[in-house]
Amino acid sequence: MVRFKVNGKEKMFDGDPDMPLLWYLRDVEQLTGTKFGCGMALCGACTVHRDGAAIRSCATPMKEVGGAEITTIEGITPMHPVQKAWMEIRVPQCGYCQTGQIMQAIAFLKENKNPSDQDIDTAMSGNICRCGTYQRIRAAIHKAAGHEGAKETA
Amino acid sequence: MKSNGDKSRRESAMNRRGFLQGALVSGAFVLTARFVSESLWAAQGEGAAAAFEPSIWMSIAPDGMVTIVAHRSEMGCGSRTALPLVVADELDADWAKVKIEQAIGDPKYGDQDTDGSHSVRSNFDLMRQVGASGRVMLITAAANEWKVPAKECTTEPHFVVHKASGRKLGYGELAGAAAKLPVPKKEDVPLPLKARSEWRYIGKESNSLFDLPEIVTGQAIFGMDSTRPGMVFASIEHPPVLGQKIKSYDDQATLKVAGVQKTVTIDPFKPPHMFQPLGGVAVIADNTWAAFKGRKSLKIEWDESPHAVYNSAAYRKTLEATSRKPGKVARNVGDVDAEFARAAKGGGKIIEAEFYAPHLAHASMEPPVAVAEYRDGKVTAWAPTQNPQAVQETIAAVLGIKKEDVTCHVPLLGGGFGRKSKPDQVAEAAVLSKKLGKPVKVVWSREDDIHFDFFHSVAAMYMKAAVGADGKPTAWLQRTVYPPINSTFDVSATYADDEMGLGWNNLPFDIPNHRAENGPADYHVRIGWLRSVANIYHAFAIHSFADELAHAAHKDPVEYLLELIGPARIVPLEYKEEEAEDKAKYPLDTARLRRVVEIAAERSGWSKKSTKLGKGRGLGIAAHRSFLTYVATVVEVEVDARGQVHIPNVWTAVDAGTVVSPDNIRNQFEGAASFGTSLALFSEITATNGAIDQGNFNNYLLTRMNRAPKHVDVHIVESEAPPAGVGEPGVPPFAPALCNAVFAATGKRARELPLSKMKLV
Repeated sequence: MVRFKVNGKEKMFDGDPDMPLLWYLRDVEQLTGTKFGCGMALCGACTVHRDGAAIRSCATPMKEVGGAEITTIEGITPMHPVQKAWMEIRVPQCGYCQTGQIMQAIAFLKENKNPSDQDIDTAMSGNICRCGTYQRIRAAIHKAAGHEGAKETA
Repeated sequence: MKSNGDKSRRESAMNRRGFLQGALVSGAFVLTARFVSESLWAAQGEGAAAAFEPSIWMSIAPDGMVTIVAHRSEMGCGSRTALPLVVADELDADWAKVKIEQAIGDPKYGDQDTDGSHSVRSNFDLMRQVGASGRVMLITAAANEWKVPAKECTTEPHFVVHKASGRKLGYGELAGAAAKLPVPKKEDVPLPLKARSEWRYIGKESNSLFDLPEIVTGQAIFGMDSTRPGMVFASIEHPPVLGQKIKSYDDQATLKVAGVQKTVTIDPFKPPHMFQPLGGVAVIADNTWAAFKGRKSLKIEWDESPHAVYNSAAYRKTLEATSRKPGKVARNVGDVDAEFARAAKGGGKIIEAEFYAPHLAHASMEPPVAVAEYRDGKVTAWAPTQNPQAVQETIAAVLGIKKEDVTCHVPLLGGGFGRKSKPDQVAEAAVLSKKLGKPVKVVWSREDDIHFDFFHSVAAMYMKAAVGADGKPTAWLQRTVYPPINSTFDVSATYADDEMGLGWNNLPFDIPNHRAENGPADYHVRIGWLRSVANIYHAFAIHSFADELAHAAHKDPVEYLLELIGPARIVPLEYKEEEAEDKAKYPLDTARLRRVVEIAAERSGWSKKSTKLGKGRGLGIAAHRSFLTYVATVVEVEVDARGQVHIPNVWTAVDAGTVVSPDNIRNQFEGAASFGTSLALFSEITATNGAIDQGNFNNYLLTRMNRAPKHVDVHIVESEAPPAGVGEPGVPPFAPALCNAVFAATGKRARELPLSKMKLV
């Protein structure tokens, strides 16, 4: 039996301890904002927060989430400045990877409130966007961080 | 309800109540309920024509909420937003009071295959007519109510206005009366349309994706998120080599995995494979993970397949050998052979080059997935598909039922890029649901996605030019060889007749002797469309070769490119019958091509920069027209000490005619630069003994933020020409522009993609 929290609610799990958190969230909890992309922590579509830090839920087995506070995109309320910046810059195309990108960006900006382009590239390069919205993601992160002229890179 | 103290509105409150009563009786979608068009007639477009039947496209509820049907799939290109915006504009609706309903697959919508960058092009006029017909009916309803001539009435967003008397009525209030009016018929078309200057939405910067708020909050429902009560999950072990069948299998260990319910076989396809399931063994489980896990311990013995001979290195040699031999002529101008002979005799310069580009996988972020429920001989599917009608047809064929008995709902697609126009995974879900008697969700892993794609073709190109004293070609021969997409539908297909229009039989250069050829090639994997399709390797060869000739002539590549394009003119091309619209509305106009070249060059500062960037840095250009859109791209590269290519800047100029959502178009072309970076620098699919070598993002490499172009400047040319494509045309010129920049930076000419295989320092 594993006890943990998801978006502030107490949860218990006694299923397959190898089940990745991703599939628990999606198939058991119906929290489908967290996406499946690769299953190997290579693309970042499944990014959620564990105690505030970004993790890849597809490579985090349930046996390792005991005591953790998990936050998914559904738990980001009210709308976060990062999400607002995403809307203002109009980042998404298909949108599938964007919840993972946003969760990565929120965790990153907590650690680095004044990031350079290089900092952003380093922090975000684990997240693939096949539509290729990278320039807008970078601009949106600058904007969320309160940087002036963020939109010019879009 | 909108608060409005307007006197005239209050005065007509009694009558309004009368409208509303009728409205409530006939249900929420008033206009729909009474909108019965007698005319179902052809609009121009690709494939089956869409119908001008406003009732299927639009409705207005008594509360004023306008529902507009999106019949094209949303995979990130924005068509689900763009077409309803066009309707809303001509209807003069308030966009805040518009909701979009995604159409199921149904031939009444005409062609729904969201491919070929033609959603807006093929539906722009129709959507305007749909909106205009609604507006005409609302105006007529108001005029009847006020007993004034309709021509005295106008609209402002969501209201019909009679300026002379200062009266106005909301669309919701008019919906019931409007619904009782006859729907405009074919003879009434064209209806009065807005002048361009009156457009509120078409071409405006303020347009953003309808689904944007749901996307950033995780509420948007993608195909992967579809679910049905009582649904089971399936993961399928497919034959590693195309055409293999199961000899035997052992599922004992699989059945011991917690959550696994059973295994079920899926029959192999009967050639041609088309969009049929590949066959294999499905693991049925309580959740996705259990199905994935159970699959790992399946033991399957597969039989032989003739495609097990497929080895990429050897196959490449075959393609290249074919490319050196005469092929089927796709276009002929003048006499290249005579000119080559003359040049050889007269000591003229002959330049030859060969190019190679590998298979690519689509790798949309959402792997193939589908939910299907078989009940009483009918199937309902929820599928992130580009082509819901192909879902109907494929499931009907595989299960032996009528396609009318297949209903396909279309949630959002997590990317598509052409992969999701093929519904094999949806057919798998339908087959399994029939066998199991319950709804089934088929989830492909990333490895399934990459191993069992409908791959972008591997291609070899041979180029030859005779060059005159002025450095300009007097003869240009180009030959291309690759397994054609048609092999998916015809096992004997070896020539790519259908791909010739994708940047091969329409070279826009001013060369007196020119021949384009195509050589035959056998297929060994499933071949399909990938964003911009054959334009990718065609443009790579043509525009790399053009740059090569420029350097051989010691000329500036931009000036040389403009010389190649030649004077402003309409290029005479041969059109197929089904391309009549292209010929009439979209002739190949070199003035437009020249303009995008000049704009991209100017915005990049080419003339000041190109020779002064210093060691390891360079600019390259390519201009390519595809999907009727003219695009020129300048790429700036920096090649570092380790030979890694970095892209600080990209400048793209786009002439796509009339555009609906400019910011979304910029996003498409920024994205195309990333997509182009992936295929130019990183991505390659290879096969060994018929099986695909790559499986996930650790060996099928895509660009990430740190290697993507840092700045992408997209300039959209102001144009009143008919709308053309925007989803794909940004891709083709990117790789050659990048390779030309690498040549400028290093003196090394890329003859094959991806560049990661080339030693640059």
